[in-house]
Amino acid sequence: MTESDRPRLSRRDVFKWFAATAAAMATSEAELFAAGPLAPAGTSSSVSATGYGTDPDLTRQYNPGDVWPLTLDASQTALLAALCDVILPADSFGPAASTLGIPGFIDEWISAPYPVQQGDRPLVLEGIVWMEAESQKRFQKSFAKLDDTGQGAICDDICNPASARPEFKQAARFFLKVRSLSMGAYFSTPAGWQAIGYVGNTPSATFDGPPLEVLQRLGVEQTVL
Amino acid sequence: MPVITSSKSQPSYDVVIVGSGAGGGQMAYTLTLAGLKCVMLEAGRDYDPVRETPMFQRPDQAPLRGVATPDKNFGFFDSTVDGGWQVPGEPYTQASEKKEEQFHWWRPRMLGGRTNHWGRISLRNGPYDFKPRSRDGLGFDWPFTYAEVDPYYTRAEMLVGVYGTNSGMENTPDSPAGVLLPPPKGRIAELVAQKYGKKLGIPFMPIHRAVLTRPLDWQTLPAKLHPNNPFAQRIVQDAMRARAACFWATDCGRGCSIGANYQSTTVHLPPALATGNLDIIANAHAREVLLNSEGKATGVLYVDKTTGKEMRVSGRVVVLAASSGETVRILLNSQGGKGIANSSGLVGKYIMDTVGTSVGGQIPMLENCPPHNEDGAGGGHFYSPWWLYQEQAAGRMDFPRGYHIELGGSRHMPSGGNPVPDDFIQGAYGTKLKEEARRYYGSFVGYSCRGDMIPNENSFCELDPEVKDKWGIPVLRWHWKWSQHELNQVAHARKTFTELIESMGGTVRKPKSNDPLEYIEPGGKVIHEVGGAIMGEDAKRSVCNRWNQTWDVKNLFICDGAPFASNADKNPTLTIMALAWRAGDYLIEEARRGNL
Repeated sequence: MTESDRPRLSRRDVFKWFAATAAAMATSEAELFAAGPLAPAGTSSSVSATGYGTDPDLTRQYNPGDVWPLTLDASQTALLAALCDVILPADSFGPAASTLGIPGFIDEWISAPYPVQQGDRPLVLEGIVWMEAESQKRFQKSFAKLDDTGQGAICDDICNPASARPEFKQAARFFLKVRSLSMGAYFSTPAGWQAIGYVGNTPSATFDGPPLEVLQRLGVEQTVL
Repeated sequence: MPVITSSKSQPSYDVVIVGSGAGGGQMAYTLTLAGLKCVMLEAGRDYDPVRETPMFQRPDQAPLRGVATPDKNFGFFDSTVDGGWQVPGEPYTQASEKKEEQFHWWRPRMLGGRTNHWGRISLRNGPYDFKPRSRDGLGFDWPFTYAEVDPYYTRAEMLVGVYGTNSGMENTPDSPAGVLLPPPKGRIAELVAQKYGKKLGIPFMPIHRAVLTRPLDWQTLPAKLHPNNPFAQRIVQDAMRARAACFWATDCGRGCSIGANYQSTTVHLPPALATGNLDIIANAHAREVLLNSEGKATGVLYVDKTTGKEMRVSGRVVVLAASSGETVRILLNSQGGKGIANSSGLVGKYIMDTVGTSVGGQIPMLENCPPHNEDGAGGGHFYSPWWLYQEQAAGRMDFPRGYHIELGGSRHMPSGGNPVPDDFIQGAYGTKLKEEARRYYGSFVGYSCRGDMIPNENSFCELDPEVKDKWGIPVLRWHWKWSQHELNQVAHARKTFTELIESMGGTVRKPKSNDPLEYIEPGGKVIHEVGGAIMGEDAKRSVCNRWNQTWDVKNLFICDGAPFASNADKNPTLTIMALAWRAGDYLIEEARRGNL
């Protein structure tokens, strides 16, 4: 099995990012990053809820917020939804990420009382603040209200940590995190299965193996007859 | 008799069985069908796979899309409940702070134990595997030959239902004709590996797994399993008819509500309960085996976790099948911590796990593969048995024991994690990202080494002199060390898998370290813990005799992995069942003769 490399971010990394980003910005924006009174509620708070425990009901349906309280307010959610839809838009492969509950999933993720998720929480929360500040700085408008061109202009600057300019390096880590979480969540829905090409989770009387077209494409024969 | 609370137990039973997994389940099955009255203690809760298994639940119906958390170590839908790498209130300790000298102990706390989530891989040990010391001078021989276990492997395969083929390969035993169920067809990544493996001499072929690829032959199998026992035949017939064949969907690790794969809770325990001869006490955390003044076992002292009270259950015979570690803990804690069955001083010694390492790769020719259903039998369809016995015999290898290869593609259900590593899709977003995801999905492959570990003096467990669990019971302290045999083995595996991936035109996903001590799976992580009460010919150098019976306490049997004198590359579960069945038959005969 191949697992994706999921960068885990420590608090110290976030503080480093904080410092680097703040240094590259004007004072007014930098203040938005301070973990003080100017930061939106929840930005620097940690999670105190408990998890679902070692014996949860495995057969019921869960929605974000069912097991632990969520974090994001309406404007944070709107920004995240806009960003998720830039990353995974409506197109011929499938619907937009926001219609598949991806922003709610990310909120559930950063609100979860487990170490990996807690490690991601500051990055996502601070990143949302950064995105909004960047959008206001460039276009005097909320990121969620920008047109495709405006959203694309910001995303192009932060979509690749390898090539992002120094002042965008840390924002690029935020983008990568949201992209990775969004992909995991998107492709684990029925619409996402269709988009990526997964077929299954349905009972069948027989297992026929790969179709002839696939065998021929790979130049192999079915050896179990 | 059913699953009961401790207050409802009978004054005395024929046999007290501790543990409800492969060993305890098999023992309960064998003994109750022969008419013995048994009570089974399970440290975890009662568990009903029919009602509780999340069969078609999707990741988007679970918290966090079902990804693994400290509460559910193998993902939300994994069948394991109330257990994992840590059990709250029941710690274990490490003798060393070095991570390569630590042991990771997987403990489910549920009826059926590890059999609920296990990989269902059911391989027979071969003739060499029972006489390893005679072949290479290392480790220990078992006190019997393959031929003596062969009939019990066949019985276990007929009862649980195992798919696969007979390979005719060296030290990879065939089953009698008609015993194995038909193997499922190869998936695309398995067939590609088979083609390219052939060029490197690696014989990928159908694996053996305990999954029903067709319904069990309930009309003829019960009479073969239980000749001259119409009572057992009738019950086993009903139990076999209650199991459905695989419907080619859902991961076996979730468990199986239709009984298409083997887990103790769907295969061993229902017929045992149907005899009316079995009581099961759940939430019963065994503390000690009780002995009388003559040194015979009289029952088990346990903590009823629902009340916190210490309880006793009596029997003429005691069977420990609690897993190697738990069995050692119970033996060493008995007689107020003086220990029992330990005149050899070997209780807890020679703990083994399977040697593991994995290499992942990306195969361009598997990109953009037309979508098709590869769920299959909910686990691997192919593997490669160890293929270099002759090279080893000729002295051309720098490690003495073999490994088999398990392999996987990636066209399975995307389950919460990002299906494409970030470095393949740098900078992509929007429709381009979806195109890339579709392109790469299914192009990732992985190969795992599952190898023979030789028992050594540095890998063992003992009672921690200070730490106790929440019930006041001294806990285990683990010691671990790999020898050069295992490190050379994983180095060979890594080189082999790299060659295989590159021969397909693929790229290896580079691990961070080139040090075998870093890329070998840490001790315990393959969850094939065996040893700790090894069997042998000599009471001074072993804990159990050839019948899984302890030398020191005649009416005490150990029927989990603890008596294993070696740990072949073959996964231990089928051998645990075969030996438990064999020991059960012996126990019944001895009891009849009044020898226990």
